[in-house]
Amino acid sequence: MSADAPLLIVEDLTVSFRSDEGLVRAVGGVSFTVEQREIVGVVGESGSGKSQTLLAIMGLVDSPNAIVSGSIRFMGQELIGLNRRALDAIRGRQIAMIFQDPMSALTPVHTIGNQIGEQVRAHEKVSAKAARARAVELLDAVGIANPERVVDGYPHQLSGGMRQRAVIAMALSCNPALLVADEPTTALDVTVQAQILELIGRLRDEFGSAVILVTHDLGVVAEVADRVLVMYGGRFVEQGGKNSVFRTPLHPYTWGLFGSIPPMEGERPARLAAIPGAPPSLSNLPKGCAFGPRCAFRHDACLVQLPVMHGDGHRAACVLPETRRNQFTVRKAAGGEMQR
Amino acid sequence: MLAALGFRLGQMVLVMFGISVVAFLIFFATPGADPSARIAGRNASQETLIQVRHDFGLDRPLPVQYGLMMNRLFVSRDLTSFVNRGQRVIPTVTRAIPVTLSLVGGAALLWVLGGLIVGVIAGATRGTFIDRALMILSLIGVSIPVFWLGEVANLLTQSRWHDTWLFSWVPPLGYVPLTQNPWAWFKALVIPWFTLATLYVGLYGRVLRASLIEMMQEDFIRTARAKGIGERRVLLHHGLRTSLVAFVTMFGLDFGALVGGGALLTEVVFGLQGVGKLTYEALQSLDLPMILATVIYAAFFVVMANFVVDVVFVFIDPRARDVR
Repeated sequence: MSADAPLLIVEDLTVSFRSDEGLVRAVGGVSFTVEQREIVGVVGESGSGKSQTLLAIMGLVDSPNAIVSGSIRFMGQELIGLNRRALDAIRGRQIAMIFQDPMSALTPVHTIGNQIGEQVRAHEKVSAKAARARAVELLDAVGIANPERVVDGYPHQLSGGMRQRAVIAMALSCNPALLVADEPTTALDVTVQAQILELIGRLRDEFGSAVILVTHDLGVVAEVADRVLVMYGGRFVEQGGKNSVFRTPLHPYTWGLFGSIPPMEGERPARLAAIPGAPPSLSNLPKGCAFGPRCAFRHDACLVQLPVMHGDGHRAACVLPETRRNQFTVRKAAGGEMQR
Repeated sequence: MLAALGFRLGQMVLVMFGISVVAFLIFFATPGADPSARIAGRNASQETLIQVRHDFGLDRPLPVQYGLMMNRLFVSRDLTSFVNRGQRVIPTVTRAIPVTLSLVGGAALLWVLGGLIVGVIAGATRGTFIDRALMILSLIGVSIPVFWLGEVANLLTQSRWHDTWLFSWVPPLGYVPLTQNPWAWFKALVIPWFTLATLYVGLYGRVLRASLIEMMQEDFIRTARAKGIGERRVLLHHGLRTSLVAFVTMFGLDFGALVGGGALLTEVVFGLQGVGKLTYEALQSLDLPMILATVIYAAFFVVMANFVVDVVFVFIDPRARDVR
């Protein structure tokens, strides 16, 4: 494997669940790559399939009714269908995960040090003492003020921000090449959020990890990501470099996302533009574009067939002609109203 | 942590005092339960009754009576049975305690081990044939009445198959003190242990399975799996460890109740002179001092078991350390 090959290549990943209402397709064939040391932000509403995509990468979709198909290649190795032993050799060591809710992500009956040490010792032959020393170092590295004390503390003795730091310290314990973070700041106070984001940004510099950061918060993406993937109804609708996506978003759904954030400057709108309607039910997706029913720019072509990503670099899955789209993008850039 | 334990110890003493008062009032101050009539025997004359009342201090105010009773029960320990004259209450209870403790202790060991094994295996193989088979077996175990199981065990081991190689080692019914002959003690109790434990293995297995399955849905289990530790370690070190809280709570209550006399049926069936049987006989003859002694003894064990559960909690659940 060459040094500049992508770290992670996901191709046509599908996650479905058998249910009473038929097959519920949570992730519907997504493809993306993550380069070494890259921070990729995945944005989307609740239920858009972001978390399931991450869990599939971690091999953590463990419902007996789940069907995971497609291909996830990490450093050249296929992860889908890998047996538990081989998977356990990778996760925790090469790929580590940070979870959404730090309050429930740690086992309440073991000390922080034990939980971090457990991961270290699962992957490296070190003594319990060395593992504990590593835990102290890691806690210190993620900005915990008194790591010697916290290492022997239990999760319930720590605040939410501290617990998330402990979870991050645990994720970093084996210097993973890839860190996947599922809404790591959602459950935290705004002030703590900023610190955690700064920490995630620093990880790349100090530990050399690539990061996939899933969030529904565009502000979080703006803060740390290099590249943005916008997810809707189990598919990516737009992807591209952060600056490009933030300056000239191409997909009507992305426009809607930006429209629902209050502007920092200029005249304050009387009412924030909300995207009308609700996210689609995953068991009954529309035939054409999943966003079609809610889209203000819908026309006949949208409802007939699934739009595919076209273009390279900054791309969007939308059938809207380039000329019309640019027109709206320009209007948005000029501060105009996006809704028709 | 020590302060918490001390506080619990004080609470325990208060509870014991309350129970002794209530037990005393129920048996000595309930209208119609005139103890002097029972002591004096049937058709006793009015003079005899008054005489008895005076002799036993029953004509004095209730608090004084309570004090006298407790004094005779715990300090001078010379309280005698109303029925079997001359039989001292306290030594009788003290003689019964090792029998009950041996029976319940051995059975508890069996049912904790059995419950853990059944619960963990069923929880880990949830939804499979093994799980279903174990759950059906444990349901059968829970449903079998202990006296029936005991009688059947007796029938097979004492009579029908007693002369075969299988059960020829089974001694006659009864108890042999551990200090006198440990091997005979063991042989005398093996069958009662299994009989008493059957119900609880089923019960504990089912409760542990449910609790384990619930815990395995928790977020921290996903975190543990993401760490790349094996599934066995996830199950035992994270799932089982957090499931033990319900298990220990239940164990404390059941153990206390059984030692306190709840193993009555097993004791009767196997001819073991334990506390349960003692209480049963005292109740039949309305032997008030004996009842009082066994009730207070039982309360003591229930409270004691709860105390021990609280202490164990401090060790298995760090959250319990800081709350109290």
